[in-house]
Amino acid sequence: MSKIEKDEISGVDTTGHEWDGIKELNHPLPRWWVMTFYATIVFAIGYTILYPAWPLLRGATPGVLGYSSRGDLDKSLEAAAASQKDLADKIAATPVAGIMKDEKLRAFATAAGAAAFKVNCVQCHGSGAAGAIGYPNLNDNDWLWGGSIDEIYATIGNGIRAPGNASTHASQMPNFGGDGILKPEQIADVANYVWTLSGGKPDDAAAATRGKQIYADNCAACHGDAGQGNKEFGAPNLADQIRLYSKNGSIKDIEAQVTRPRHGVMPAWGAKLGDTAVKELAVFVHSLGGGV
Amino acid sequence: MIKHEKIETNATLLLILSFLVVTIGGLVQITPLFYLQNTIEKVAGPRPYTPLELAGRNIYVREGCYLCHSQMIRPFRDEVERYGHYSLAAESQYDHPFQWGSKRTGPDLARVGGKYSDEWQRQHLADPRSVVPESVMPGYAFLAGKDLDYRNIGNHLKTLTLVGVPYDKGQIDNAAADLQAQATGDNADAMLKRYPKSQARDYDGDPKRITEMDALVSYLQMLGTLVDFSTFKPDVSR
Repeated sequence: MSKIEKDEISGVDTTGHEWDGIKELNHPLPRWWVMTFYATIVFAIGYTILYPAWPLLRGATPGVLGYSSRGDLDKSLEAAAASQKDLADKIAATPVAGIMKDEKLRAFATAAGAAAFKVNCVQCHGSGAAGAIGYPNLNDNDWLWGGSIDEIYATIGNGIRAPGNASTHASQMPNFGGDGILKPEQIADVANYVWTLSGGKPDDAAAATRGKQIYADNCAACHGDAGQGNKEFGAPNLADQIRLYSKNGSIKDIEAQVTRPRHGVMPAWGAKLGDTAVKELAVFVHSLGGGV
Repeated sequence: MIKHEKIETNATLLLILSFLVVTIGGLVQITPLFYLQNTIEKVAGPRPYTPLELAGRNIYVREGCYLCHSQMIRPFRDEVERYGHYSLAAESQYDHPFQWGSKRTGPDLARVGGKYSDEWQRQHLADPRSVVPESVMPGYAFLAGKDLDYRNIGNHLKTLTLVGVPYDKGQIDNAAADLQAQATGDNADAMLKRYPKSQARDYDGDPKRITEMDALVSYLQMLGTLVDFSTFKPDVSR
């Protein structure tokens, strides 16, 4: 049954297997293939000695190289940190105002801040920092909470109305409509008046006149007598053409905001990214359109 | 040379031997995972999902978010610097099924919690391009208009205990009340005590209703926030 014989037609030996009269020619695998196969086995043995591999009772064998993917990560993070150590240490030790004065530190912080901005800030403020409805444009010189380097630093670090942060900018516009502080007709009047502050033409001149007193009683404390705003409360300037919750500005949008104000929220980045990154971000954001 | 002829010509023997080979291979690969201490890292922080988060998670699964978003930060420098600390197995220990995903058309979401405001999340879910012009994500505006169906939330928690999620009796009995408390922020003290590090507020901007938006935003806002990495240092050798 298992008799090896030479096939007459091809001249190749058979394997000796035979099933129902069908015989199989013996074509061995090429030598290079077999050798490669054995080489992989040898490689695998070496690999399991060098790297974590065999499960034992308490844990797997650690491998003589002591490799772990977490260890690898730590090494690459340390290498990156070491390559920036001098400047990063200086940034950590220098207050933001000092960074601004040191040309070299400032250049480094601006580049690092630009990278951090792309990861953390563009989702709201836009790839070009031009903002969107509800998210301020950072390129102009109009700052809700102040545009000096220290003010920007504080705002980024502690956020705006950020939950769970004691130092966050917390003040917010009262819910004039929802809480019934003003009646709908009063809100219409004051919206007409506020529209005139930025040079708009009121729908109803009489309403705007009536709105002036309502403004003085309810709005001027934060937004200022002439609508110039107040960064202490994050109260926007109402006399310029820059809008936060409206595309081009309209009496209707002002009415909507007074009736049920939207309160923008920014996370407190200090807790998430660390103080150094916040400083770098502040320097970068200041470079976009920071005020004095 | 041809000792295997005996096996090849005997179907029963072939079957028995194949079964043996597969059994041994399977045991060697699978059993160590159940007992090896260094595959089970004890971490302080992870807790079972609150009922509202769980409902949000179900919407996440229903809408197939995992098809474009992973929840697994790998231990590489580029990922850690972008998304935060690499994910730990313990952080998805109460996930059934886990949402690690295998495809990132959008960013990883393992630590998205707290990164954006609730309003941003609502706006972005309703119309992603209103805040991220280059986004290719579809809009999910309908979530804000759809009341959350949580009639069976208690039974849902109970079912999860069968696969090892340690919900206690208080959590199961109060599931619906806890869900309402977390979605409105009203009378939430008991709920916040039952689920450490949870947050209760009106997530969808509509205090009168509990919508699917409430649930999904609450889930997104807690992702990756439970482990305090200022106190927990993972074992590097794992």
